[in-house]
Amino acid sequence: MIEIKDLHKSYKMGSNVLHVLKGINFTVEEGELVAIMGSSGSGKSTLLNILGMLDVADSGEYTLDGVPIKNLNETKAANYRNKFLGFVFQSFNLINYKSALENVALPLYYQKVPRKERQERALKYLDQVGLKEWANHLPSELSGGQNQRVAIARAMASEPKVLLADEPTGALDSTTSYEVMDLIQKINDQGNTILVVTHEDDIAHMCKRIVYLKDGVIVEDKKVKQVRASAHV
Amino acid sequence: MFDLERWQEIFDTIRKNKLRTFLTGLSVASGIFILVILLGFGQGMRNGIAHEFEEDSATSVWVWPGVTSKEFKGLNPGRSIQLKNENYASSLALFGDEIEYKSPRVFVRNVTVNYGKEALVYGIQGVSYDFQFIENAKMSEGRFLNYQDEVNTAKVAIIGNKIKHDVFKDVETPLGEYINISGVLFKIVGIYSEREDREEERIYIPVTTAQRVFNGGDRINNMSYTMPMMENFDEAVVQAIAFKENLQAHLQKVHTVSPEDTGAIQVWSALEEAKRYYSLTGNIKFFFWFVGICTIIAGVVGVSNIMLIVVKERTREIGIRKALGAKPWSIVGMILHESIFVTAISGFAGLIFSMGLLEIVGPYIEVDYILNPSVNFNVAISTVFVLIFAGAVAGFFPAWRAASIHTIDALRDE
Repeated sequence: MIEIKDLHKSYKMGSNVLHVLKGINFTVEEGELVAIMGSSGSGKSTLLNILGMLDVADSGEYTLDGVPIKNLNETKAANYRNKFLGFVFQSFNLINYKSALENVALPLYYQKVPRKERQERALKYLDQVGLKEWANHLPSELSGGQNQRVAIARAMASEPKVLLADEPTGALDSTTSYEVMDLIQKINDQGNTILVVTHEDDIAHMCKRIVYLKDGVIVEDKKVKQVRASAHV
Repeated sequence: MFDLERWQEIFDTIRKNKLRTFLTGLSVASGIFILVILLGFGQGMRNGIAHEFEEDSATSVWVWPGVTSKEFKGLNPGRSIQLKNENYASSLALFGDEIEYKSPRVFVRNVTVNYGKEALVYGIQGVSYDFQFIENAKMSEGRFLNYQDEVNTAKVAIIGNKIKHDVFKDVETPLGEYINISGVLFKIVGIYSEREDREEERIYIPVTTAQRVFNGGDRINNMSYTMPMMENFDEAVVQAIAFKENLQAHLQKVHTVSPEDTGAIQVWSALEEAKRYYSLTGNIKFFFWFVGICTIIAGVVGVSNIMLIVVKERTREIGIRKALGAKPWSIVGMILHESIFVTAISGFAGLIFSMGLLEIVGPYIEVDYILNPSVNFNVAISTVFVLIFAGAVAGFFPAWRAASIHTIDALRDE
């Protein structure tokens, strides 16, 4: 599903050049649930941003679902993001003046799905994350965990090939974190490919595979026995 | 533009950002409102000034004799000039081609006027049959003097509407009634109305009758003319001034008056006076336009300012939208679409409101030199379009900048 070869990325910080990714090689098969771990500054978020086409690598190859991702311009990237990817962010990134339902329906708007169908599909996904009754509430009227579930529903609504979650539990307490992870595991059980960036060990062990990043290189890549989050809820 | 989905998206945004939308709209609407009101009053002043000149025909030229103030050809200053029939006749002979209507005027003085037992204290003027058009008098009943009256020295009189209301209250109509002017009976054959009451306090009789019956001899008190109205105002003014000067020179010559002694024979041209006012109103109009355009510029700056803030405020939202697959152009399009829609609606609202105000209140404004303020609809509507266009241009650059920020940076924006 995802294939990365020799990925490099550096940032210019004034006169210094900060080499963040120093040759990453890494593949993800369909249906995997991968945790990317590492301390801050290890390059895990940069990697996720490049995978999410929110950022561009300096060199290296990136193939997503058999499509080589290169020569990206904003329009092309927007197209790929809409077609292939769903995002879950640490800070939820919901549009604050739109209701939960409208937030979930937004990616479908950019897929040119008709309004009525948009609403139906959005409601279906809200139901899956258990927030059907909250469909017409604004993000400010929902708790952090509920907001993240809305964000997950939004990421799923466009039926992406890969779900990218950047510290999805970073802003949540542990109980709520496990609820969110439970949801992510259930989505993975349905056969969706998911990448989770985290620095929390317990969250990482709720995935099926952990990739450790340190100073811009992969230091360890191991399959783990999945801990079901439902056991903690 | 006709993408229904986008309209719905925009209406959603507007509905949920009422205050922001309202403030943007208000700055646009008030800009248009002020401009329209200013232009309206500019036009109102022009109308008012034009109206002041409607009392008499706009192209009228009047000759008033006075007293000489300069010694000339051995004649002492202080000599009163008396116009005679021959002066009038010679002016017609010389300038007849340029003149449309003409009339001499004789003030009949030292007479008593009675209607029945009632004494009337109104001025009596002997005039020619053209005088109606020079004075712009409208006949409300009967007729004005005519050629036959003048030739036959008819004993007929035309009275003003005010006299009718003051004196002839008891009869159905003054027409056919007789008034007694120093023992001579005059039959009332017409009633005229004028814009101002004081101009209705006159009794007109044929000039020939005035001279013959009341010992006028061949003396006349003043002469008046009108010139044919021309399409081009400036040409008409030039012609009127030329006529005025030629006439003055002619009269000065026959009365042996120094060409420099303009007070001895005064010639007054309504057009020349009008021109002064017109250039004044032209300046006022220019000033109003200037202020109006400044207002519009302020409006445009306001709109672009608000657009700038809106875009800044929505940077994160734009990032989210882009992460969800919005293309840069769709972001620019959405922001512009919204701003154009808001400026258009509020621009037209300001237009309708201000024009409505001018329409409703305008006719009731009773101030000297302001009459029926109104504005040219085409001018007003083009201003609205200019404002919308300027707002769109002003909004485009911040929108474009926002759309081209890297998604990742936009998402980090707090």
